[in-house]
Amino acid sequence: MSIIVRNVTKRFGDFVALDDVSVDIPSGSLTALLGPSGGGKSTLLRIIAGLEQPDSGTVVIDGSDATGTPVQSRNVGFVFQHYAAFKHMTVFKNVAFGLEIRKWPKDKARARVMELLELVHLEQFAERYPAQLSGGQRQRMALARALAVEPGVLLLDEPFGALDAQVRQELRRWLRRLHDQVHVTTLFVTHDQEEALEVADSIAVIAGGTVQQVGPPDELYDAPANDFVMSFLGPVTRLGGEVVRPHDIDLVATPGPDTVEATVVRVVRLGFEIRVDLLIEGEEAWVQLTRSTAERLTLTDGATVYARRAAVTVATAGA
Amino acid sequence: MAKHSLRWVALAYVTLLLLLPLGLVTWRTFEHGLSPVIDALTTSEAGHAFQVTAVVSVLAVVLNTVFGVTASVLLVRHEFPGRRLLNAAIDLPIAVSPVVVGLALILVYGKFEPIGRWLDHRGIGIIYAVPGMVLATVFVSLPLVVRAVAPVLEEIGTDQEQAARTLGASGFQTFRRITLPAIRAAVGYGVVLSLARCIGEFGAVAVVSGRIVGQTQTATLFVQERFENFDQPAAYAASFTLAMTAVVALVLTRYLRLKGQR
Repeated sequence: MSIIVRNVTKRFGDFVALDDVSVDIPSGSLTALLGPSGGGKSTLLRIIAGLEQPDSGTVVIDGSDATGTPVQSRNVGFVFQHYAAFKHMTVFKNVAFGLEIRKWPKDKARARVMELLELVHLEQFAERYPAQLSGGQRQRMALARALAVEPGVLLLDEPFGALDAQVRQELRRWLRRLHDQVHVTTLFVTHDQEEALEVADSIAVIAGGTVQQVGPPDELYDAPANDFVMSFLGPVTRLGGEVVRPHDIDLVATPGPDTVEATVVRVVRLGFEIRVDLLIEGEEAWVQLTRSTAERLTLTDGATVYARRAAVTVATAGA
Repeated sequence: MAKHSLRWVALAYVTLLLLLPLGLVTWRTFEHGLSPVIDALTTSEAGHAFQVTAVVSVLAVVLNTVFGVTASVLLVRHEFPGRRLLNAAIDLPIAVSPVVVGLALILVYGKFEPIGRWLDHRGIGIIYAVPGMVLATVFVSLPLVVRAVAPVLEEIGTDQEQAARTLGASGFQTFRRITLPAIRAAVGYGVVLSLARCIGEFGAVAVVSGRIVGQTQTATLFVQERFENFDQPAAYAASFTLAMTAVVALVLTRYLRLKGQR
């Protein structure tokens, strides 16, 4: 089911959380709402769910206007950053909650719950309480609970934000695989650009209460609409007054027609990646090199090398 | 050394104020064995007094539990004009003397006051009857359930409730299935605390009840009346029973607190 957000504005007192935001989420996609905290992405997600009311604008879910529909009738699955597990219920009861509210027959509900617990690999934990689960397991339970009621859309608010790095990695891949299996239109909020690039089909960058750019990950990375999107999606540095990606700068030993002279300030080895801090015409810059490239140059502190822009990733508007 | 002397001060304080008097009541109660105690407590007057206390306390606690849970949800989950005022008003009974509460109730519900007269004409007596005593008891124990429940409600946050709403639960279903189980231990704690307070209430009830022996006399009023009539055995026996009820309530609240922390 598709989601269409039209001209949504939301204020909290004097603070404008969303300023005339419009965005289309195609049916069956996995979309990330990416942006810095306080940028309005969570508010947008909560408005789509019906947990917040917009001051103006409309939310259309699956072709019908849902703006005035109360949250319990919207048929959305929502996953919270801090799991929102029902602490006094077993894992089974948690997942069965939505089905019980919908008065599913007991045996049918049981079969559905077990099917979902298998999907999230928690079938062994059906009789446990949330307190007896790890953070990752709790979030998988919350996902099963949201999916149990066969929601039209699945909304996840920083779903991996409270987990440690390794579990987060694992759950990201798992969410991607799950979406390939279940195909429910999914929208997730994140402030982690790596997470968005890895998991999503499409990314909407939201900052300062407005949508900065929407598109597939590659497009956003290679053709960012502005400097903000460019710097938010990956590392940037400056060369000749332009914002460039540090891996788009070549270093060579001899000067050429399109090179500028640079002084090596510091060389940092990060495993396979070599990071070189430079001073170019009095301005600080840095370059990302592979180990083999770095070995072809003499990179000692104070050495002189020549820098050249290799590829063309620049913001299409406003530099 | 300072640490030790502090301990001794604290211990002496508790002993002189609490342990010694309570110990003496217990000793005086059982001074002549068990049978005088049983005799003193099985008179029809004593039985009736404890019965009145039970009726008044249970009614007051039921009313305050319903009010307390509702007020907690209102105070913690809703923004509305007058919220601060309600919050402050709930604590008022702690500051106001129970005797003043009793007098104030007579001023509103007494037979010679407008509201009291109106009710009296319809056959409803408030003052010098059980309804007035329940009102007085409700007033003095008003904050106990709210102050037990509100912080827990604050602490559990709104995530679980919102999750229930997105899963299709109505406001009432969410309250019954999610909120209520989460605050159950706190409600229990508030109820036991209120019950102990209600059973022990003296001042407000003394004013509004008229202290009619065999009719509106509660257990605490019974203790005072027996003591003034030089029937110490009955006074001590009833006091001991009241003290034991308080101890049981205390143990219960500790248990409920531990349960709430899990």
